[in-house]
Amino acid sequence: MTIEVRNLVKKFGEFAALDGVDLRVADGELLALLGPSGSGKTTLLRIIAGLDWPDSGEIFFDGENALLRKAGERHVGFVFQHYALFRHMTVFENVAFGLRVQPRAVRKDEAGIRARVKELLDLVQLDWLAGRYPSQLSGGQRQRIALARALAVEPVILLLDEPFGALDAKVRKELRQWLRSLHQEINVTSIFVTHDQEEALEVANRVVVMDKGRIEQVGTPADVYDNPSSAFVHGFIGESIELPVDVADGGVKLGGTRLDIAADGVRPGASRLFVRRHDMQIGPSGAGVLEGEIAHVRNFGPVQRAEVVLSHGKTVIEIDAPRDRALRPGETVGLNPRRYRIFTA
Amino acid sequence: MTMELPHSLSLIRPSEKARLSAHRDDLRSEPKAVRIVIVGVAVTFLCIFVVMPLVVVFAQAFSRGIGAYVAALGNPEALSAIRLTLLIAAISVSLNLVFGLVAAWAIAKFEFPGKTFLVSLIDLPFSVSPVISGLVFVLLFGAQGFFGPWLASHDIRLLFAVPGMTLATLFVTFPFVARALIPLMQEQGTQEEEAAISLGASGLQTFFRVTLPNIKWGVLYGVLLCNARAMGEFGAVSVVSGHIRGETNTMPLLVEILYNEYQFVASFAIASLLAMLALITLVTKTILERHLDEGRQSHDN
Repeated sequence: MTIEVRNLVKKFGEFAALDGVDLRVADGELLALLGPSGSGKTTLLRIIAGLDWPDSGEIFFDGENALLRKAGERHVGFVFQHYALFRHMTVFENVAFGLRVQPRAVRKDEAGIRARVKELLDLVQLDWLAGRYPSQLSGGQRQRIALARALAVEPVILLLDEPFGALDAKVRKELRQWLRSLHQEINVTSIFVTHDQEEALEVANRVVVMDKGRIEQVGTPADVYDNPSSAFVHGFIGESIELPVDVADGGVKLGGTRLDIAADGVRPGASRLFVRRHDMQIGPSGAGVLEGEIAHVRNFGPVQRAEVVLSHGKTVIEIDAPRDRALRPGETVGLNPRRYRIFTA
Repeated sequence: MTMELPHSLSLIRPSEKARLSAHRDDLRSEPKAVRIVIVGVAVTFLCIFVVMPLVVVFAQAFSRGIGAYVAALGNPEALSAIRLTLLIAAISVSLNLVFGLVAAWAIAKFEFPGKTFLVSLIDLPFSVSPVISGLVFVLLFGAQGFFGPWLASHDIRLLFAVPGMTLATLFVTFPFVARALIPLMQEQGTQEEEAAISLGASGLQTFFRVTLPNIKWGVLYGVLLCNARAMGEFGAVSVVSGHIRGETNTMPLLVEILYNEYQFVASFAIASLLAMLALITLVTKTILERHLDEGRQSHDN
């Protein structure tokens, strides 16, 4: 099932949760909506599910106007951040719910329902919990049951709202990989909302970066990481060093000193220079674009992290350097950006 | 083999140990004398204001023996009052169950202008004296009242009859069900309903399969309190009843009438029924509260 969203607008009072959103989702895709809180990603997901209605704009499922259909008629599976399992029903009855409320004409008989629930509990590897109540399950188990419940009615689209947001770090990691392989197995067009960039980049085929009700960039994880299209995306995804610079006469100036880098066709005026922490190379003093003094080194983990006080303006930046060169606090070094981006401020 | 430490090796002597532990106890709670005084005050208060009146009611009711007690309750006037009380309670509790559910549903699950106003309006019957509540109905439906002439010309009799008494009881007991449900439903949020709807359930299916089971203990709790008040209401009902013997007397009204006529056994016999209702309500309430707590605990973080 393909999804097409056209010029969607949704306001809560004065606040524009969605401010003209256009998006196309291909059949069988696993798409991540990534953005800070308040960026409109959950609102977009809820409108696609039919749990909220837009002020204006259109949504099409396979070319058909989805806004003409109520939530229950859209065949969308929705997984909530806080699971929303029916607390007075057993795990079995939770998963069976969607099957039991179907119109009598299409409803399966009791044996059919039992078989389908068993199949789904096997799929999420929790068949041994069938008789328990939601309150007796761990967070990770609840979320897998919520997913099984959403899949019971064979949805054509699966929507997940911060599915791992309420879980601890270790369980999150496991469920991430599990979700990815599950998606490969069932291959339903899926959209999940997250504010965790690592989660989005690791799980999704494509990532949609949102900010203030607008889509900033759509692309593969490699795309949005390596070729961010705006200052916001560069700052939001990956860890970046950000310096305020001036672009004038085709050159770049930091605090009045001209830097030995090209302006890359950026319009003259106040701008921001972005460099990934691991793209800033540390070399001998006097042989770099920037010059600085190492203030502090944290050398454990795969890389060493150095705090460097820049000679221009005393700005402090953090750099990830390989561990093959020993860095000492107090040492003056030259810095060369391997890759950088300049955006108009 | 066990090894015993010689006493001299132990760092603290036993007597000192006892003193230390006693000292620690003192730090954790009030001195014994203070505790006794506080508990004593509470128990005395309860005895004077709760236990003694209860004992007096039953003592008076049985003061001429069980025979007189049974005879008092079997009196046609008493039976009619009991019937009327049950009838009014049944009607007003079931109507308020529906109203309360609808009001709580609207307030807890939807956002609309004037919501805070509606919430404070629901509490109005609690803040108005019951006598005033009754008087409002007299002013509305009485012979000189707002709708009075119209009602008279259509030969409809609300006041000094069962419909008026039911209306007054309805008004006075309206907040109970809604009050019991609003915080519960607000706490539970709308996610389970949204999940049900996205799974294809209709509005009615969602209500009966998801919402109602989640609030069933709250509903029972509200109904229980509503019923206790409906059966015990005196002020509002008294104003609109007209005290027609054998016709518009409920149990609380009859208690007063009999008492004023110095029929103490009969009066306290009926009062004892109301007291028993109170005791049963109290026990049931305790049981329901336990279930309500369980419902809260199983609520997801």
